Amino acid sequence: MSATDVLFLIVAVMIVGSAAGVVLSRSLIYSAFSLLFTFFGVAIFYVLLGADFLAATQVLIYVGGILVLLLFGVMLTHRLYNLNLTTERFQLIPGILISFAVFVCLALAAIQTHWHWVGDKSVQPTTDTIGRAFLGDYLLPFELASILLLIALIGAAMLVRRRSDV
Amino acid sequence: MITLQHYLLVSAALFSLGILGVLTRKNAVNVLMGIELILNSANLNLVAFSRFSSKGIDGQMFAIFVIVVAAAEVAVALAIVLTMYRMLKTVNLDQADVLKQ
Repeated sequence: MSATDVLFLIVAVMIVGSAAGVVLSRSLIYSAFSLLFTFFGVAIFYVLLGADFLAATQVLIYVGGILVLLLFGVMLTHRLYNLNLTTERFQLIPGILISFAVFVCLALAAIQTHWHWVGDKSVQPTTDTIGRAFLGDYLLPFELASILLLIALIGAAMLVRRRSDV
Repeated sequence: MITLQHYLLVSAALFSLGILGVLTRKNAVNVLMGIELILNSANLNLVAFSRFSSKGIDGQMFAIFVIVVAAAEVAVALAIVLTMYRMLKTVNLDQADVLKQ
């Protein structure tokens, strides 16, 4: 086993373990911090897959943005004098059955399909190619994404405004 | 040797754990965390396909757009959760049953 394989195994265990922590932990804060490790693990996978720009984006947006937003959500939706930030579960048995069935289906599909994958492509910096693709082939989705973000900004501000100053 | 299948297996585990989170947690913010797990597993698949296929970086471009949509989604979803907390004083999904009554 090469060093990359060992790193892959460690990070895979970290991702699956912390994702299980997100789902199974009783405390919301523990869930959020487990999510941090999942996001970092996925970022390491992106590095292993040669996607350097995407790894940086993952850390910046998911860890720096989405996770902090989720923590804000946890804090803002509980009364501050009632700080046992736990959550309950329901439908535990059907949920476990369904998610296990989904995992078995996906794993069988991944293993049994005959993938036409090429071996080792040389890893190159992707930032230049991605930048050109954004202003070339992907110009329309790029502009649509900016409009989507604007709509989400306005919509989120609309939703949480005080009703009195309508 | 790490191949495409290994990444797909990790991604499948991540996806099914996200499904489990969405199905079994009561807290709305925690359900959102499950959705983030699902989106991350999809992204992992896209980047793995992009790495192991002979095409260019189309998979990575898709993953970037998924991240953009996820950021917009989590902002709007948290606004909805905050509004729900303001109206119902709870974020438990089983107590948000006003339409039933």
